[in-house]
Amino acid sequence: MIVATTQTVKRPSAKRSTVALKYSMAVSGLIMLGYLLVHMYGNLKFFQGRDKFDHYLEGLDDILYPYLPHEGALWIIRVVLTAALVVHVYAAVTLWRRNKAAAGFVGNTRYHTKQNKTGVQRSYASFTMRWGGIILLLFIIGHVAQMLPNWLSPGGASDSKYDRVVNGFEIWWVVLLYTIGLVAVGFHLAHGFWSALTTLGQNHSSTRKSSRITAVSIGLAVIIAGGFLTVPFAIFFFGAGS
Amino acid sequence: MNITVRVWRQKNADDKGKMVTYGVENVSEHMSFLEMLDVLNEQLTLSGDDPIAFDHDCREGICGACGVVINGQAHGPQTTTTCQLHMRSFEDGAVIDIEPWRAGAFPVVKDLVVDRGAFDRIIQAGGFISAPTGSAPEANNLPVPKEDADHAFESATCIGCGACVAACPNGSGMLFTAAKITHLGLLPQGQPERDSRVIGMIEQHDHEGFGGCTNIGECTSSCPKGIPLDTISRLNRDLLGALAKGKA
Repeated sequence: MIVATTQTVKRPSAKRSTVALKYSMAVSGLIMLGYLLVHMYGNLKFFQGRDKFDHYLEGLDDILYPYLPHEGALWIIRVVLTAALVVHVYAAVTLWRRNKAAAGFVGNTRYHTKQNKTGVQRSYASFTMRWGGIILLLFIIGHVAQMLPNWLSPGGASDSKYDRVVNGFEIWWVVLLYTIGLVAVGFHLAHGFWSALTTLGQNHSSTRKSSRITAVSIGLAVIIAGGFLTVPFAIFFFGAGS
Repeated sequence: MNITVRVWRQKNADDKGKMVTYGVENVSEHMSFLEMLDVLNEQLTLSGDDPIAFDHDCREGICGACGVVINGQAHGPQTTTTCQLHMRSFEDGAVIDIEPWRAGAFPVVKDLVVDRGAFDRIIQAGGFISAPTGSAPEANNLPVPKEDADHAFESATCIGCGACVAACPNGSGMLFTAAKITHLGLLPQGQPERDSRVIGMIEQHDHEGFGGCTNIGECTSSCPKGIPLDTISRLNRDLLGALAKGKA
């Protein structure tokens, strides 16, 4: 029987609770999602041709110029995104470790039965959050390295970013790596957007499947992964840009 | 029907424990799952073995005492308590795996019995209202919208069995905690302590070693009382509000 009426051990503050960590994960995730939407919109300008695509990319350096200095807006975006990524990964790793300890593993397994290992109704996407997230992180690191001026340029460097895009996506393994990265993004968003809004208190449905947010999440995942993949697929399979 | 059960046997908290296989013959399909365990325990007792320890009380599906993981599902294949699960839910000749709730915050006491005292301490940390003494107030002075009353009642049906924690791959007690937050937070009597309640209960929840919620919904689908998932969103909303007011 529990008879203790006073708390003898100091509890950790609610400000540092699992729920608070989830807030930071949700907000940082939504910031990165907002960026992805704008990024995808920009990528689709590829289909307007070499001149307009290159002109658009040069224009990015001068967003809000002269109110911000040359590349000022880009640096603000870079700093915000890096901070969001760091917060997101920190929260994910902290919660991952905590959740693993909380699951009550006996040796390497939680339940010894071989049945119902994949749960009752959870989505496939929800299984991909952690390892898929690691794939995403590696993809982002490689992708940023590519963006450094003519540093990592599979297929050949060029001053025209349009040409660099075409050169790269004519190589099968570049397309493959990009596709893996984007599929990982899609799965991550399919669960992530739903999870973020729920964490921020916006779910009013009794089950995950019946929530409108779930439908929107899947739609967002398809639009973003599909939108990004149109460019490499158009180049590799249909010879766009050559 | 004749079945084979593989049961988690663990002498005490310090024992390593293992799955042990037993055959149970002439099981009626009308037996409840616990009655099947009773029959098995009679067999074990007659053969001089230690009977399997499991929690149970009312056997009517309302007390929340019973609960084991059957074939990897909390309370088994039906959305009900283990005592209300019947053997007709299984095939003749089935091999049934029976394990205790697994969670860091629910240590195994013996065999299928776990210590769920952590739930009591979460309730102590805020799952209450202050009820002034004196004569009962006039009920009609406190209007409650029907929708709120229904949702509060739905959340109040939580029996604290712990299936949500056992079903959650993160061993999170969020659905249990959220049910109480929703039950009291929707009613006028729950308003004075609304902020301190969510802060106290979340702090205790984490202090007990439960995991965080990843919003996958396994808890809701295994809950014998059908506590809805939006209770967790309400808890998140309440904590956000309390933190914004600087109450933590």
